[in-house]
Amino acid sequence: MTLRLVRREKASTRMAVLAPLLALLAAMVLNLLLFLAMGKDPAAVFHAMLLEPFSSWAGFSEVLLKMGPLLLIAQGLAIGFRAKVFNIGAEGQFILGAIFASAIPVYFPQATGAWIWPAMLVLGALGGALWAVVPAFWRVRLNANEILVTLMMSLIAIQVLNYLLLGPWKDPMGFNFPQSVMFQYDAMIPILLPGTRVNVSLLIALFSALLAWAYMQRSFGGYQFLVGGLAPKAATYAGFSEARAIWLSLLIGGFAAGLAGAAEVAGPIGQLQRSISTGYGYAAIIVAYLGGLHPVGIVASSLFMAALYIGGDNAMVSADLPVAAVRVFQGTLLVCYLAAVTFVRFRLDFGASVEGGRV
Amino acid sequence: MSGMSFILAGMLAAATPFLLAALGELVVERAGVLNLGLEGIMALGAVVAFIVVYHGGGHPAAFAVAALAGCALSLVFGFLALGVRANQVAAGLAVGILGQGLSSLIGNSYESLTVTGLAKWAVPGLADLPVVGGLFVQDIVVWLSLLATAAIWGMFRFSKLGLILRAVGENPQAARAIGYRVIAIRYGAVAFGGAMAGLAGAYASTVYTPLWADGMIAGRGWIALALVVFGTWLTGRIFFGALLFGAVSLASLVAQTEGWAVPSQLLSSLPYIVTIIVLGIITSNKRLLKVNGVASLGEPFGP
Amino acid sequence: MSAPLLSLRGMTKGYGPVKANQAIDLDVAPNSIHAILGENGAGKSTLMKLIYGVEAPDAGEVFWNGAPVHLHSPGEARRLGIGMVFQHFSLFETLTVVENISLIVAGTKATLAARIRELGRDFGLEVDPFAEVHALSVGERQRVEIIRCLMTEPKLLILDEPTSVLPPQAVGLLFETLRRLRDRGVSILFISHKLDEIQAICDRATILRAGRVTGNVDPREHDAHDLARMMIGRDMPPPLHPDPVEPGEVRLELSGLDHAPDDPFGVALQGVSLSLRAGEVLGIAGISGNGQSELSRLISGEVRLSEARRDDVRMLGQGVGHLGPGARRALGFAFVPEERLGRGAVPEMTLSDNSLLTAHGQGMLRRGFIDRVREAEFTAACIRDFDVRTPGPEAEAGALSGGNLQKFIMGREISLRPKVLFVAQPTWGVDVGAAAAIRQRLVAMRNEGVAVLVISEELEELFEVCDRIQVMHKGHLSASLDARTTRAEEIGRLMIGADGVAA
Repeated sequence: MTLRLVRREKASTRMAVLAPLLALLAAMVLNLLLFLAMGKDPAAVFHAMLLEPFSSWAGFSEVLLKMGPLLLIAQGLAIGFRAKVFNIGAEGQFILGAIFASAIPVYFPQATGAWIWPAMLVLGALGGALWAVVPAFWRVRLNANEILVTLMMSLIAIQVLNYLLLGPWKDPMGFNFPQSVMFQYDAMIPILLPGTRVNVSLLIALFSALLAWAYMQRSFGGYQFLVGGLAPKAATYAGFSEARAIWLSLLIGGFAAGLAGAAEVAGPIGQLQRSISTGYGYAAIIVAYLGGLHPVGIVASSLFMAALYIGGDNAMVSADLPVAAVRVFQGTLLVCYLAAVTFVRFRLDFGASVEGGRV
Repeated sequence: MSGMSFILAGMLAAATPFLLAALGELVVERAGVLNLGLEGIMALGAVVAFIVVYHGGGHPAAFAVAALAGCALSLVFGFLALGVRANQVAAGLAVGILGQGLSSLIGNSYESLTVTGLAKWAVPGLADLPVVGGLFVQDIVVWLSLLATAAIWGMFRFSKLGLILRAVGENPQAARAIGYRVIAIRYGAVAFGGAMAGLAGAYASTVYTPLWADGMIAGRGWIALALVVFGTWLTGRIFFGALLFGAVSLASLVAQTEGWAVPSQLLSSLPYIVTIIVLGIITSNKRLLKVNGVASLGEPFGP
Repeated sequence: MSAPLLSLRGMTKGYGPVKANQAIDLDVAPNSIHAILGENGAGKSTLMKLIYGVEAPDAGEVFWNGAPVHLHSPGEARRLGIGMVFQHFSLFETLTVVENISLIVAGTKATLAARIRELGRDFGLEVDPFAEVHALSVGERQRVEIIRCLMTEPKLLILDEPTSVLPPQAVGLLFETLRRLRDRGVSILFISHKLDEIQAICDRATILRAGRVTGNVDPREHDAHDLARMMIGRDMPPPLHPDPVEPGEVRLELSGLDHAPDDPFGVALQGVSLSLRAGEVLGIAGISGNGQSELSRLISGEVRLSEARRDDVRMLGQGVGHLGPGARRALGFAFVPEERLGRGAVPEMTLSDNSLLTAHGQGMLRRGFIDRVREAEFTAACIRDFDVRTPGPEAEAGALSGGNLQKFIMGREISLRPKVLFVAQPTWGVDVGAAAAIRQRLVAMRNEGVAVLVISEELEELFEVCDRIQVMHKGHLSASLDARTTRAEEIGRLMIGADGVAA
């Protein structure tokens, strides 16, 4: 008997919806084995990781808080991924967004007014986009692979952040900790849900999902991205500019990540510090893929990944599970998803070989 | 020791993690596969090797285990990219993320611990030369890496295996039509690349800086990927690229110890900045890339 | 008749729902040239892949010298004594001739090179063993493929459409080589869809239609009508040779265009001039790889010139060299490229979405958003008017057969009502009936006053539809020749640069 992949006549929509669920199931089985090997009780771990985040309002509001940046970054990245422009430097663009946004409260700590937090968000988004200018220019004009350049830009961004926090932007009253001053009240995004830390930026993220949906699923601009990603030669043939797709992909991705970074310092953190990002930029890559690079799917996957973050923290407390276990789970999930998503386009053929041909 | 002789003495050792990983990736890419998961595979190799040495298993066993671990993780990538024909970029990223996660999970209780590195072996006579003498005092892994470089150069230059790898990377359909098992050959290349990345990680964590810290690979896997492009898929050029990066990473150390008035963060960023600049210079020459490049790189192949 | 060298019984192979071969029986005698005749899509290439072990059959048996054999791989087939020359060559461009050959023949480079030279002399297949393949012409590459096969000392040599890449003169030389091989004991399986070639050289012909055997005859005892009936089920459609009409104004003009492509393996164009008027069909003949694809990209706008050189390409009275494909289309230009999947159409997208690719200007957009209803209407009209066999506008382009996809793309481009229509390889891979329909359509466009430019490898096709023909060779384009008075041999000489015109 031979086992081979056979291309389907038409992509299977049913598989497209099933794939993330199958992947989750497979990832749970694999990690179950891992937890057993580590001597943890899998039931307790999974309970803490996957159920607890949804079992109390306080916990769920923290999930919503984490969902904001993941949703925003992933929507931006997915647009580029669909055009096969692989911006994997959202982490750096996020950091630059946080830095740019922080400039206002750092230099004008006494300023007041309702303009401050919106200005910070705008400035942060521009900072993120600015960090994406280098990879875009390098790709369009110098033909350099954006994967490597965006990643290098992220590594540089961390050093820029360190430089500012250890040098010019260090809080003089901060006992020499590498962090900026605490931001004033007007530099903080208003709270959306009273009694929680969830702020207005979640609405911005959800609105971005709506924009992404209209653009990618309904507009000619989004269609051009799709053609460029699926068949670059067809895009050239039709006269869709590759340079435009690259610039837009990277700038949109940087803009969204920068916005997320700004919302993080102007939101739950309230100052610029080293640990502003817990790998959101990389996690958002997983979010984008798990959501099938589809604006609606990404809303679901960002909620799920946010829950996984919170659940990981829970598991650390209640089941003594290292935080890294969550990263392993995320990695396994993406691996399983990529395997599962193959079956949207292909089906397995258990073609029993017939006598005479081959034995 | 002057800055110059310090760099000369340390350059080869600093270059070794880059070199080993890039040589492995060269073989993978020559066969037409792009494995972006190097960083994670190196991290996994680094942590398992460190643990073996820490528990007294010795360096040879540590390197063997790291190679096996790298091989195993790269085969996960192989399964995605070759078995189910997933997008190779996504598959590489996934395996990279998984590898980094695994390394920090496994190394969780070893954070900041140290081990003893390897003794150095001097070339009699040459080692006593002024200034350049340090170049000839290196540990055994460095010497073996030089051998590996020569071996891979020779394989591509003279052997049928090299010819087959190039053929499979240039035109997998044609290779299949004349009877080569493209997928099997590519699996082999991916496994080799994974083993080499595992060794590169092992060298970083048990010899070059014999300690374990989460995230200690610090972008070296990505720079190794860039090196393959810098070297335009040619062994010799990749070797010199690795040396350059070894020297650059030492230059920042020299500058810091000599107390130059440059922020240390700028010096730490130097390898990344150099990568971006050199990448732009090399890739803007499209002709060069096309002549030396691998025609089917990154494209899924299915019979 | 002696016992057959190779026998197939009941060979069957399907790809998904498509049955490429159904219960094929075939006997190849020793010392014979045996034709497999069939039109595009009849299953010839699939059958050869089964014989050479590239693909495994779903059912069927193979006998070699009377003994049953199992062919799992090309290596196995070679060990038995079967060699194959592929239609789209299986050579590696960045390797030298001798390196290519060493991939399937053991031996040091020096001994292999000596044998390459020796075989070249014996069979009229001279080629430099140390040349890199990308530097060779298509004809030379074919020689390399044949030599590579001969070095494995085959008893049976399979050639898949070997004449499609050759100018008329070279076909005679190839036939001479094949006869010499037969006389030295090598049987030849010769795959073709050209009746005259098969009658000229083959001792026996097996005819395929829609994956089944429809005849097994001595081709010299049958006339073209009989063979055509077995091949396509009816007579060949009569050639068109339309009457000339008075051409109108110049709509496309290249004057002395020089261009060095980015691709180092590409062909540089030198001093290319042409002038195409409304109401005429201009054909560009030549063997593939002589600069046709570079030329087509310059005309379509996929490769742009600098602003300063805008007048090197003039379209509808305007310098357009610096404009992209969209801007040229807006002027009234339409283009059907030679690669359909991945260039002319996106395989993973539906036909509707593929309409949008170039026909978005036909009222399919409203303030930047896609009007799905209009898109589907346009697509349904294309499918109906151009007889595209498909379940409907929501079918994916990749699921269509080559011929049907070509009809769809032709339909889409013609529906743009262009003033200049440019078609590269209009009937590649298209069955005889559809090909005739496409040619008729091209002539009808001309009669309506459209300026039509056609690039084709098939001389017969060009003679059928064109008013004038120019020949491409090594990046040069010959002067214009009248298609009604010029003989094929004359074009053939220009195709190999023998007239010195192209020097």
